[in-house]
Amino acid sequence: MSDILGDAGRAKGLGRAEANSIGAIFSHRLWIRELDPRVRIVAVFVFSICVVQLDKLLPLGIAFLGGLFLLLQARMPFVTSLKRVLTVDSFIILLLVMLPFTTPGTEMASVFGFSASYEGLRQAIVILLRANAIVMASLALLATIDAVTFGQALAKLKVPERLVHLLLFTVRYVEVLHAEYLRLKTAMKCRGFAPGNNLHTYKSVGYLVGMLLIRSFERSERILMAMKCRGFNGQFHLLKDFDYTRRDLTFSMIACLFVLSLLALEMLHVVAA
Amino acid sequence: MSLLLETDKLSYAYHGSAPCLSGASLALEEGERVGLVGDNGVGKSTFLQVLVGLYKSHDGRITAFGQDFVTEEDFIQLRRRVGLVFQDPDDQLFCPTVKEDIAFGPLNLGYSRAEADAIVEETLALLNLSHLKERVTHRLSGGQKRLVALATVIAMKPDILLLDEPTNDLDEKTRIRLIEILLSLPQAMIIVSHDRAFREKVVTRTVKMENGQIF
Repeated sequence: MSDILGDAGRAKGLGRAEANSIGAIFSHRLWIRELDPRVRIVAVFVFSICVVQLDKLLPLGIAFLGGLFLLLQARMPFVTSLKRVLTVDSFIILLLVMLPFTTPGTEMASVFGFSASYEGLRQAIVILLRANAIVMASLALLATIDAVTFGQALAKLKVPERLVHLLLFTVRYVEVLHAEYLRLKTAMKCRGFAPGNNLHTYKSVGYLVGMLLIRSFERSERILMAMKCRGFNGQFHLLKDFDYTRRDLTFSMIACLFVLSLLALEMLHVVAA
Repeated sequence: MSLLLETDKLSYAYHGSAPCLSGASLALEEGERVGLVGDNGVGKSTFLQVLVGLYKSHDGRITAFGQDFVTEEDFIQLRRRVGLVFQDPDDQLFCPTVKEDIAFGPLNLGYSRAEADAIVEETLALLNLSHLKERVTHRLSGGQKRLVALATVIAMKPDILLLDEPTNDLDEKTRIRLIEILLSLPQAMIIVSHDRAFREKVVTRTVKMENGQIF
């Protein structure tokens, strides 16, 4: 316990000292970023499943605050995080606006002759809290793991090998493909190509996409050949090892306690009701 | 000097195109570094790929280490002793980190993890690349990628190295480094390169490919 609190305190002090410097944002002394990625993945997974089960406002509110706490502790750049949270919210905004009007119940207000119900409003708030608690926890715990480490951690968690390698290959080659796309695009621009709403544009973009597909296909064949040259026999080897430290143990226990408390609160409400 | 590898009248045509190799013969002796030149698209890369059985020669014979190689099983054995370094290092480096990429070959050869780790250290030290060990492969610079690609093949301890345009997009410093490295290696090599100055420093003889044959 002293471990985590001490470090969080140090991180806070550090944040104040260099509030505006990149050093503070990417500092290694931020405890969340030092946690074992496996612990972080499992924690988010369990937390998400638990939050989806919650239906009462009190435990949901606490879960929401928990997510917010983690997000603040992860010290992500504020504007970027806000944008990401809002992106997710934009997916459900229509649902949230419609719910009060479509759920039958006690009338709360009426707009243009359509009546909104308290039950619908409550439902909307429940969904909003649920979604945001999960998004914030994921942002804090998962978005701070880089993609390669994420894949390696998934492999250690016994996620099917094929999925892990699909992810790792994507991470590896998406930049190569992107560079290829940029090269082709620049070459097109250099020959005076200006996209517009005409057949020539559609045709040219079609060629561009087709060329990218062919090139990726050929590249994949060359990669397989290069792998064969090094004795590839269908087996991949991941060498990364993770350490499960005392800090991870402490975090796991606190996370367990938190999730159990949320579930207990939900149950108590049910019994009381 | 003893004969390491010999090809006799290899021929190959990509599906539906004119033959790209027609009777390509070459002999490689121990300690030799043969430069292979020829116009673009004449089939130099194809020749190297046919040599290690990635494409199967339509006729002719590939002999190495006193043995004929015909079936895929044969070529799997051959590829352990003949290392091909691809033209584009992005084709070769596919693992997340440099360490994993270099260990990939040795692990496939059946070395244990500890042995593979030792080979990784040894190879990186040999090429003076130890500082790159934990780096993520796709974030390396072009020159670093090329040297690491070479390291991944050297880690398999082949007897023969096949290099396809090894000096492409290298800066002067890395190019000199590569020349030093190649001169220090004991392996016999076949090097495809358009770079005359590079060939003059590295190869022991040069052969030319024309009309699908090697002269």
